[in-house]
Amino acid sequence: MAAFKEWIGTMNPLYTELQWLPRPPQDFSAKLKALGTGADSLGREILALASFGLDVSQLTKLAKRINKARSEGNPLEPLSPFRLAVLSNATIDFIVPALVASAARYGISLEVIHPPFDQVAQEALTPGSFVNESKPDAVLFAIDYRALPLTLSIGDADASAAKVQGILGYLKAMQGGIKSNCGALCIFQTFAPPVETLFGSLDRSVPGTIRSLLDSVNRELAEFVASSGDVLFDVAGLAETLGLANWHNTELWNLGKFPFADEFIPLYADHVGRTIAAIRGKSRKVLILDLDNTVWGGVIGDDGLEGIKIAQGDARGEAHLAVQRMALDLRRRGIVLAVSSKNTDEIARTPFEKHPEMLLKLDDIAVFQANWNDKATNIRAIAEELSLGLDSMVFLDDNPVERGLVRQLLPQVAVPELPEDPAYYARTLAAAGYFESVAFAAEDLKRAGFYQDNAKRASLQKQVGGVDAYLASLDMTITFQPFDATSRARIVQLINKSNQYNLTTRRYTDPEVTEAENDPEVFTLQVRLADSFGDNGMISVVICRPREAGAWDIDTWLMSCRVLGRKVEHMVLREILEHARAAGIHKLAGVYKPTEKNALVVDHYVRLGFTKVAAEESGLTRWELLVDGAEPDSAPMRIVSIGFEAKGQTIA
Amino acid sequence: MNEDSIYAQLTDIFHDVFDDDLIVLTPQISAKDVDGWDSLTHIRLILTVEKVFKIKFTTSEIGKLENVGELVTLIKSRA
Repeated sequence: MAAFKEWIGTMNPLYTELQWLPRPPQDFSAKLKALGTGADSLGREILALASFGLDVSQLTKLAKRINKARSEGNPLEPLSPFRLAVLSNATIDFIVPALVASAARYGISLEVIHPPFDQVAQEALTPGSFVNESKPDAVLFAIDYRALPLTLSIGDADASAAKVQGILGYLKAMQGGIKSNCGALCIFQTFAPPVETLFGSLDRSVPGTIRSLLDSVNRELAEFVASSGDVLFDVAGLAETLGLANWHNTELWNLGKFPFADEFIPLYADHVGRTIAAIRGKSRKVLILDLDNTVWGGVIGDDGLEGIKIAQGDARGEAHLAVQRMALDLRRRGIVLAVSSKNTDEIARTPFEKHPEMLLKLDDIAVFQANWNDKATNIRAIAEELSLGLDSMVFLDDNPVERGLVRQLLPQVAVPELPEDPAYYARTLAAAGYFESVAFAAEDLKRAGFYQDNAKRASLQKQVGGVDAYLASLDMTITFQPFDATSRARIVQLINKSNQYNLTTRRYTDPEVTEAENDPEVFTLQVRLADSFGDNGMISVVICRPREAGAWDIDTWLMSCRVLGRKVEHMVLREILEHARAAGIHKLAGVYKPTEKNALVVDHYVRLGFTKVAAEESGLTRWELLVDGAEPDSAPMRIVSIGFEAKGQTIA
Repeated sequence: MNEDSIYAQLTDIFHDVFDDDLIVLTPQISAKDVDGWDSLTHIRLILTVEKVFKIKFTTSEIGKLENVGELVTLIKSRA
């Protein structure tokens, strides 16, 4: 057994695979070939394809296509052109295509000027050089510590200070050359220190060690760039995030002068892309938050103020608190916060007003949209309310179906993928870098307040088109079964927990549910829903009891709000009607019993075609539907109906 | 792992790295036979092979490879 295990595939995939982006489609190559043949503009199609978490090979192929389109003079709107010269002491041939494709992700049609290897000073300082002649918009100095004269001056503070000044002088001379020869903006990288130390921990404090010299160089470089109006790309910070031992791949440096491990090319290129986007003023300005299971753990409408998780000392609560803290810090920085939640407005506001652990307050939220509309409609309303473009928006939601809907209907909105575990929500949002900026001014701090003062509650009557088409694309399967012993525990839980989509809010114990299950006169229904994102599990429960001859009373009808807006209730009614007909039932009778939490379903029966037959002072309403001729809406889903024969046989 | 399946996977890798679906691999094929197979693309090729086969070559092994046949032998000895 060798002492050294071969080191394969141990990088953090959040960063190497850009996991906040959707996974690349299986048919990436086919999509690439089809570019320019669709109904959309070529630029838009490129933007869409670049928005997946592509690997180096995919980025390279996409870049080839972009370069071809540009050289053939094809218009690439809405991508805006940007010419970037890259000066490096390392091999960047593999990185250049990744830069082009990653910039497209940020709405930039990037042309890279790439002079031969290791010609940094010649290119910057010679007036007629290849780079200066090409009139770039910006010059990226992609140089690492190996390009610097970092001879040791151990323990000699004066010599070390002189060395740092010498290095800064060299970098300033490069900037001066570019400024006077072509006037381009300069992007300087901080220097990731090598892994190997001389003393160990002492390297940080002894003057003249590589680590201490680079600390000083990075700090002074940052100050210089801030004062000159140029741009800093903090590669040292990036390498720190990933781990220096991961970042520096000595084998690849030795073989081909790769400046860092090849696994990080997509990430590095994405960072350059977001930096250019920030230079062009394309950074995002608004963070739209979902509430249930994003800002807090649990569902406020069902779990109540005491049940949701935000407390310190609770692992899940801490994870959601971290999301709140990040949102609040972003707001302090000038990012506008908004809320889009499927909830009753009043209920959604309660934690903000009453929960002692909530960091976010209503005052921090510029636009608060809690209603039962689809989220694309709400986000459009938020954009209108703030008078900002959809391309300024970031939408954070734990629910993959909501994310998919918004991504499909409003592709301009950035929607990060999120991992299963909320512990990583905040980190994933930060890694995506939506709010990257290249400058900071005191006015930025006031911006969030400015938008907030102008924002009023938006009215949300307009529905975004295309929801039906999206639903069809979800590939849903709905499964109907009568109550059974296997699922009884979950049925009891739903009956006792559901508050919002619950017509009568009748609570039953386990023995009572068992009784209904075994009673041949009682019709029971448990409903499951699966879609292309996974299995939602049991999402609806219905109990019908015999009333007079030929009529069923709908004793219980409840549904999980997670599947709202998918016409599940219509499909459930169709199933009930089918069994009613088979049992010789000619009339269904329903009742809506208002509670503090179920205003959502006040119109449930009218939407399903029932006729109101009574309304009481308490708000309680009674409804009827004749089975004959009833034809509720249908929704695009596969229907599976199992287990009813068994119960039918016990009746016989 | 048998040679046929190594050749099949290698063919996919070559098509991807050199962006040419017409490449047919034989043991004798070397850098001079494939358009764009220079020293840098060689590194990219090796990195992709390492990733797909989940193996790791040493610097000297990478330098010594003369043709596809030697690459297959090397993969076979590891995978």
